[in-house]
Amino acid sequence: MKALSILKLHGTKISLFAGLVILLLLFVNYSDLLVRFNTTDTSLVLPKGFSAVVVADSIGQGRHIAVNSNGDIYVSLARLKNGNGIAAIRDVNMNGKADIIKYFGTLPGTGIGIYNGYLYFSSDTSVMRYKLIPGELLPNLKPEVIASGFKINRQHGAKSFTIDQQGNLYVNVGAPSNACQDPDRTLHTAGQKPCPLLKEFGGIWKFNANKTGQVQMKDGRRFVTGLRNCVALRWNPIVNHLYAVQHGRDQLHEFWPEYFTEDQGVSQPAEEFFQLNEGKNYGWPYTYYDYAKNMKMMAPEYGGDGKIADVTNSQLPIMAFPAHYAPNDLLFYTADQFPARYKNGAFIAFHGSWNRAPQEQKGYNVVFVPFKKDLPSGKWEVFADNFAGVSKIMSPRDALHRPCGLAQGPDGSLYVVEDIQGKIWKITYH
Amino acid sequence: MVNYISCFIIILFFTTKGIQQQKAPETGKELYQKYCLTCHQGDGGGVPYTFPSLIKSSWVNGDKTRLIKIVLNGLQGEIAVEDDTFNGVMPPQNNLTDLQIATLLTFIRQNFENKSSEITPDEVKTIRDTQKPK
Repeated sequence: MKALSILKLHGTKISLFAGLVILLLLFVNYSDLLVRFNTTDTSLVLPKGFSAVVVADSIGQGRHIAVNSNGDIYVSLARLKNGNGIAAIRDVNMNGKADIIKYFGTLPGTGIGIYNGYLYFSSDTSVMRYKLIPGELLPNLKPEVIASGFKINRQHGAKSFTIDQQGNLYVNVGAPSNACQDPDRTLHTAGQKPCPLLKEFGGIWKFNANKTGQVQMKDGRRFVTGLRNCVALRWNPIVNHLYAVQHGRDQLHEFWPEYFTEDQGVSQPAEEFFQLNEGKNYGWPYTYYDYAKNMKMMAPEYGGDGKIADVTNSQLPIMAFPAHYAPNDLLFYTADQFPARYKNGAFIAFHGSWNRAPQEQKGYNVVFVPFKKDLPSGKWEVFADNFAGVSKIMSPRDALHRPCGLAQGPDGSLYVVEDIQGKIWKITYH
Repeated sequence: MVNYISCFIIILFFTTKGIQQQKAPETGKELYQKYCLTCHQGDGGGVPYTFPSLIKSSWVNGDKTRLIKIVLNGLQGEIAVEDDTFNGVMPPQNNLTDLQIATLLTFIRQNFENKSSEITPDEVKTIRDTQKPK
């Protein structure tokens, strides 16, 4: 009885309310709401208008990432997960979250990319490709080896790669060394002169992406030299140039304390962003880039003392980043989802430092560099932050996540994968 | 008389200066910070997938000879550390004296949740000598 009287009293209000609810259910994209309120990851700090969805949480030690035109995602793993080195992910209902996760491949590695109907993947010693099957998440599981013969390398062994529109495959062959000392990483040891490592390492090697069975020192061509380790390597299809961001050398203070204080060791050298042009020398190991002076300097292993400028005439970077940030991927944004200022600019994933100890570690973010034609047009800015999950990082172990790979989705979203546990974010602009 | 006093003062000055310049012996902590911290980090925890942790480590608490040799010769190749594997490069630290290595290793074996016996300079010397080419 009481209920009836309430209804009589508030009848109109109740029916109005009911009507609104029905309208809401009919006209609002419910799954869109779910994405924003249930699964939106609020832990990343992003510019206004951007938000992130967690695609998958722990797929393995994810390094680089590629997204197919149908939205399927492939991630290379630095360590085998259940015996496999590649994760394949499908979002069936298009809400951003992974619905199917499969694993294949028997080798761990870093490089991954889609070209000409194939999924290319690199271990530390070879680049191979798997034929993609239209409609299927998993490719043909028998890979073909495109390029091999890369020597095992215990530091800087990741063979990240990129492929241009002409079918040229560019592979990062990092140097198994810090600054070409022998023995490596020791106090006051001079650098080897000339550095014998440059013959087979310390540069980018060029191959034919469509030809199987190539061997580095027989069929590959050394495209550029003088690069310590460029895990962040990308062909820019807009301006037809190759670009890379280099891991600068470590431990200036540890090995040359008479020239570099602890503070200087922490803040030097810069991580260099290069436009790579064929045949050029980019300076390693004979030089490094001084972040404060914005100058290329002679390395202390080769007569430098923190004050002597480069006498080898090596190439200058197009931009310099703070020391030890550890650039692990580079992506040129070519889509239209993000605001116009992002178009044709570069995103860089910084893995984060270890070499700033005992001081605070830095990096652990994704930055953006605006471009005009083939060069930066303005200062770099932090785009995505708080991957580490803590405000002060004293040791890399403190970081929950370390960004490692970047990809652009078919809808223009930016995908980021990290390599502590393999979390993947999809960043979109609304 | 003045000459004698001046001489005395001069001698006193250089003697005390000499005493001042004699450094206090390096502690294990100082040695760790100078030679190990960069890679193995301030908390001894290392860097994931790159430099092994020294915390509660069987490599630290185990065989003394193996541990001393790592510092003298460096270490390369795949190793298992607890339930993880590393395949990196540790440079040799053979420019350190027997005393420095003993002090350093004793510090590591008694910190970072490690509880093991000290290592003496003689123990380091013995291993260094056995490694010398005859």
